[in-house]
Amino acid sequence: MQISDADRRILRQMMAEPGLPVADLAERAGVTAATCWRRIERLREAGVLRGEHAVINWHALGWEVEVSLRFTLDKTDPRAFDEFTIAARDVPEVIEIQSFLGSTDMRLQVIARDMAHYQQIYRKRILTLPHIAELDALMLVSTIKSSAELAL
Amino acid sequence: MSLDLDDLDRAILRALTQDATQSAGALGRRLGLSQPATWRRIKRLETAGVLAGRRVDLDQDALGFGVTVFLGIKLAAKGRVSLDDFERAVTAIPEVQVVQHVLGLFDYRLRVTARDLPDFERVLRRRIMTLPGVGQVEANVLLSEERRPGPLG
Repeated sequence: MQISDADRRILRQMMAEPGLPVADLAERAGVTAATCWRRIERLREAGVLRGEHAVINWHALGWEVEVSLRFTLDKTDPRAFDEFTIAARDVPEVIEIQSFLGSTDMRLQVIARDMAHYQQIYRKRILTLPHIAELDALMLVSTIKSSAELAL
Repeated sequence: MSLDLDDLDRAILRALTQDATQSAGALGRRLGLSQPATWRRIKRLETAGVLAGRRVDLDQDALGFGVTVFLGIKLAAKGRVSLDDFERAVTAIPEVQVVQHVLGLFDYRLRVTARDLPDFERVLRRRIMTLPGVGQVEANVLLSEERRPGPLG
């Protein structure tokens, strides 16, 4: 689908303030409300706008620990990526799964209630994942910036 | 102290993380709750900071942003570098979506989105490598990504 300047303006405003009513979105993007509706519908149908998701602040629910675990897999087994991913989906404390091209193969974002709980998850659920060759952990201290905005 | 959730709260959170645009009425009907009761629960979750806004999910490729790279950054001379200066400079780069201060092999992890690899190289050379105090940098190009519902079971 061809993305017009108006589409870009609408998406930019939408990313800056998700959940904004269409009337306000239209005004900020400099289009009429009817045009705005139509454009958003088109972007949805074309699959450019996939949806809007609520963001959960796990900290507010008492999940104090967040760790980025980076894995190198044993790639002699061609099913390593698939089997690792399927097993990682079974761990409820895993909130993100990514695969990479680089020195890291996979990354899991894991949350825990406290350090004791993290240690338990790490030993029982993480170290038991299949095909791990190496792993290292980055413990989150603070999130300075988090946005899904694109430099459209 | 953190908020206590019951099964209905968890169901609401699960539903909204999948689709944040659904109304309290529609959501309530699916859960067997009235519109006002659903609305009150959502408000409570917002007030407690559990519902921390929304994320728009876009097909980045279709918008011309084909490359996402995760960077690990180690600061060069700790003690002489101001973390505040580094953080201020790095958050001002529009292509940098996420900045996290971490403990481990690196000091910061970044998520960078660019149009293509040459565009990423430009951002890396002109914006990232010139940051105050930047030392070792490791880059991993994102191939696939999924977000999980988390422990709401």
